[in-house]
Amino acid sequence: MAKQLNVIGKPTQKIDANIRITGKAQYGTDVQLPNMLYGAILRAKFPFAEIVSIDTSKAKALDGVKCVLTAEDVDTELISYRRDHPILKKGEVNCIRDEIAAVAAVSKEIAQKALSLIEVQYIERLGIFDPFEALKEEAPQINKFIDGKHSNKNIAEHFFYEHGDLTQEKAKSKYIISRRFTLPRVTHCCMATSNMTADYSPTDGRLTLYSTTQVPFLYQRDIARALKMEPSKIRIIQVVIGGGFGSKLDMSPYEPICALLSIKTGQPVQLIFSREEEFIASPTRQPMVFDCSFGADEQGRFTFRDVKIIMDNGAYTSWGATTPFVMMQTFSSLYQCPACRFDTTSVYTNNIFAGSFRGYGNPQATFCIERCIDMLAEQAGIGKDEIRLLNANYKGEVTKQGLLFATCGHKEALETVIIKSKEKQNGKSSNRYKYGTGYASMLHVGGGAKIYPSDGCGTTLKIDPFGYLTIITGSSEIGQGSETVLAMMASEELGIDLKKIKVINTDTDVKPWDVGVHASRTSFVAGNSLLGAVAEMKKKISPKAAQMLKTKVGKDVACNVSTEDDLEYFGGMIKSVKTGAQIELDKVIRALHFKEPNELCVVTYFYEPSSEFADKQFKGNVSGSYAFASQAVEVEVDTYTGNVKVLDVYVAQDVGKVLNPLGLDGQIEGGVVMGMGYATIEELQVENGYVLNPNFHNYKLPTAQDVPCIHFFPIETEDPQGPYGSKGVGEAPLIPTAAAIANAVADALGVNIDSLPISPEKVLRALAEKDRM
Amino acid sequence: MLNLTHYSDDERFQTVRFTVNGTSLRLAIPPTMLLIDLIRDVLNLQGTKPGCYEGECGACTVLVDGKAINSCLFLAVNIDGCSLTTIEGISTVEKPLDDVQELMIKHGAVQCGFCSPGMAMSIKAFHAECDANPLLGRDRESIMKAIEGNLCRCTGYVKIIDAAEELLSV
Repeated sequence: MAKQLNVIGKPTQKIDANIRITGKAQYGTDVQLPNMLYGAILRAKFPFAEIVSIDTSKAKALDGVKCVLTAEDVDTELISYRRDHPILKKGEVNCIRDEIAAVAAVSKEIAQKALSLIEVQYIERLGIFDPFEALKEEAPQINKFIDGKHSNKNIAEHFFYEHGDLTQEKAKSKYIISRRFTLPRVTHCCMATSNMTADYSPTDGRLTLYSTTQVPFLYQRDIARALKMEPSKIRIIQVVIGGGFGSKLDMSPYEPICALLSIKTGQPVQLIFSREEEFIASPTRQPMVFDCSFGADEQGRFTFRDVKIIMDNGAYTSWGATTPFVMMQTFSSLYQCPACRFDTTSVYTNNIFAGSFRGYGNPQATFCIERCIDMLAEQAGIGKDEIRLLNANYKGEVTKQGLLFATCGHKEALETVIIKSKEKQNGKSSNRYKYGTGYASMLHVGGGAKIYPSDGCGTTLKIDPFGYLTIITGSSEIGQGSETVLAMMASEELGIDLKKIKVINTDTDVKPWDVGVHASRTSFVAGNSLLGAVAEMKKKISPKAAQMLKTKVGKDVACNVSTEDDLEYFGGMIKSVKTGAQIELDKVIRALHFKEPNELCVVTYFYEPSSEFADKQFKGNVSGSYAFASQAVEVEVDTYTGNVKVLDVYVAQDVGKVLNPLGLDGQIEGGVVMGMGYATIEELQVENGYVLNPNFHNYKLPTAQDVPCIHFFPIETEDPQGPYGSKGVGEAPLIPTAAAIANAVADALGVNIDSLPISPEKVLRALAEKDRM
Repeated sequence: MLNLTHYSDDERFQTVRFTVNGTSLRLAIPPTMLLIDLIRDVLNLQGTKPGCYEGECGACTVLVDGKAINSCLFLAVNIDGCSLTTIEGISTVEKPLDDVQELMIKHGAVQCGFCSPGMAMSIKAFHAECDANPLLGRDRESIMKAIEGNLCRCTGYVKIIDAAEELLSV
C-alpha cells in the first residue's frame, strides 16, 4: 500500500516567493560590486558586410572609458557546440547581432557614448536570408568556421531518422494528406533582459561570474574553453533569474565578452541588455518549413509520416540546432506510426540565430502532426476525437524508435479533454462570430534527456544541531518552483517543517554537479537525487534513533524497537511505529554529533537516470519517463475583423503524480498562455536580416486581458521511475496549444491554417479565398 | 551615491522635495534623469525593476500620490512635491507583507518574480481606486483590464488575477 503523504500533493506556497514579491531578491540587474564598471557592446550595422577597419581611438580617449576591445585585442576560442562562432567578429559580419567591439566605462551612459565614437568602415554585401536560397549550389558559404562535415556548405546540422516500410504503408493508405506548414520566429521575452556581472581577481587569476545561466556546470566549462582558462578557476554565482524558458541554455558571446572586460581592467564589469538589444541579440525559436505527407488506412489508423523540415539556423549554431532530436520523437512516436521518415536540415543564413526555447522544437512538430490529423479525419469522415483515440499511445508501448512508455496517460488525457470540452455549450455561430473546437496532444521527455555523458544531479544534505535542514542541490531555480518541490520532498521524508528547510543552489564552488535546468527534468532528476540523499541520511540517523528509543522505552519493550525499519519521521520527531515511543529529531542529531560516533549529519548522493544514449539511427530509450498531454480549445472568430479569441482551454496532462498543485497550475497556465501567444500574436519579424519589431509595442505578448478560461485535469499514472511517481511537466503545457488553437480556428471557419501566428490578416485572407472557391 | 558621471556639465541641477516611502527628502538632480534611475541608482531601491525603459512592461510601476505610474516614463524632477511609494514602502517590520503581497504568494502568483513588484503596485493602486470610487467594477474583467499594462511571461496571469480578486472581495 502506498505510504500516506503529508506534504506532497498539498498546495504549497513557493518558499522563495517572499524575497521576490518584496523586491529583496537580487536579480542580475541589481548586482552592485565595489569599483564596478559598465560594459556595452557595439553590434553590426549591416546583416552581412565586410569590415574594412575599426577605429576605436576616439572611444578610448573619452573620459571615463577604461577599456575598448575588438577581436584584435583578444585571444579566444570559437564558441557553440559546433565551434562556429567567434565571440568578437573580425573581417566580416554575418548577422545584425554580431559583436564587433566592447567597452567598459565608469557609467552606463559613458559606455554608450563610447560605442557611438567607434568608427567602423564596412562594405555592405548582399546577404542570404532564405534557407532555401542558402541551400542552392551557387550560394556562397555563410559561416566560414565550419568543418564541412555536411554535403552542402550551408548546412549546420542534418538529422535523418526512419522506421518501418514507407512504400508498403503508403500503398495501404486510403487517405493521404500532403501539406506545407510555415512556422515563425518567436522569442522568449524574459521580463529581465540578459545580464552578467564579471569579477576577475588579478591576484589569484580567479573569475567570478554573476550569471543567469540555466546550465552552470556546462557553462563554467564553456566559458573556460572560450577564454582558454581552467574551468575550476571560474566560479558561477547564479543570480535570481527573471525568466529562462530555455534562453539561457547556450553561452552567448556577451558573457565571455563581459568576462574579458573584467579580465582586462581588473575591475568588476556589469553588462545589461536594453530591451531592444534583447530582441535583437538573444536567441529565438527556430522558424521552420515543414513539407509533409501523412497517411491513414480505411479505418483511420495512421500508416505513415514522411516529413522534410528546413530550419533557419541563422548565422551561427546554438543548442537549438539539435531540436530535431526532440521533434523526431514526436514524429516517430506520438500516436501510432507504423512507418516514419524524418529529414531535417538546419541551414545557415544571415539572419539572427535561433536557440533553445521551452518545448525545444516540439511545438512546431506537434503543430504539423496535429493539423494533418485533422485533415485526415476530415478526408476520412471520421470524428477528430475518434481518430485520435483510435491511434493513441498506450501503457507498455515500446515505440518503433525505442521509447518505452512504462506509464502512459495519453488516452485518458484525450478522453478527458474531449468529454470536458463537450460539457460546456459552445457559443452559437452567427453571421459574424464563428465558434470552433480543436484538439491536440503531445509527447515529451519526462525524465531527463540523455544528450550529455551524464544526465545526473548531485545533492548534499546537512542537518544542523537544531534540526534545520540545508539542501545543497546541483539543480537550479529559474522561477519554476524547484526549490519548493525539493524542500517538500525532504519535508515529507524527514518530517522536518518546511520553515526549517533551506535550499542552496546558486554557486558552482559549493553545489554538486548537475547537467542543468532543461528538458523538464528538474523535479524528476533532482527529486530522485534528493530522495537518494535522504536515504543516505536516514542510514546515519536511524540506528542512533533506534538505539536512543530503546533506552527510552525501557527494557521490556526494547526488543520490539530493534531495527531502523520501524521508524517514522514525522513532525520533527522520530517515532517507533510498533511501540509508539518517539524522540525529537534534533536530539538524535545532537547525540550523533556530540556523543558516540561523533558524526555530522552531512551526506552526498548522486543520481544518474537509467536512460541511455540513442544509437546512430537515433533509436533508444533516451528518457527515464515520458509525459503526455492533450488539450481541447474553444475559439471565437470574428469574421469581420479576423480576430481570434481563445475562450476555453481544457488541459489534461499525464504528470505522473502531482507534487505541488499550486506550482503545477502555474506551469500549466503559464505554458498555455505562452502557447496562445505563439498561436495568435507573436512573431519576431526579420526582413533582410533586420529585426523590424524589437520592442513590446510591436512584438505583442499576451496580457491579462487575453487570458482564456483554463481548465486543468492532472492525470496521475504513477511512473515507477519518478519521485513519488511524478514526471516532467514544465514544457508540456505550451507544446500542443498552438496546434489545438489552429485546429479550432480551422474548425470554426472551414479553412486551412498552415502557418502561425493566426493573425487577423491571415484569417481574413483565408476567408476571402474560401469565398472565391 | 549619486552617479553623476554621465550628466553633461551644463545641466543645471534642480532641487526636488518629496517623500519616499514616508521619509521626506531634498535632493538636487539633473533635469533629464528618469524616475526609475532616481529610484534604483540614487535611492538604491532596487525592488523597482527595469524591464523595458519604454513604458510597455510595467515592471517599474510605482505609486506617485497613490497612482500607479511607469517610473521609466516619468521625469524625476516631476516628483517635486509628491509622495512616492515603491515596493519597499508597502511593508513594514511589523507587517512584513502587504495584503496584496500575501495574497500573491498564497495564490502562487509569483514565479520568476521580476514582474511581481510592479504587478503588486498596480493591483494596490487599483484596490485604492476602487475603495475611493464605489462605482468602479471590482469583477474579474475589471481586474484584467487594470493590470493589462503589466506583462508577465511566467504565470499566464491566472494566479495574479485570482490574488487580486480575493484582495478586492474584502
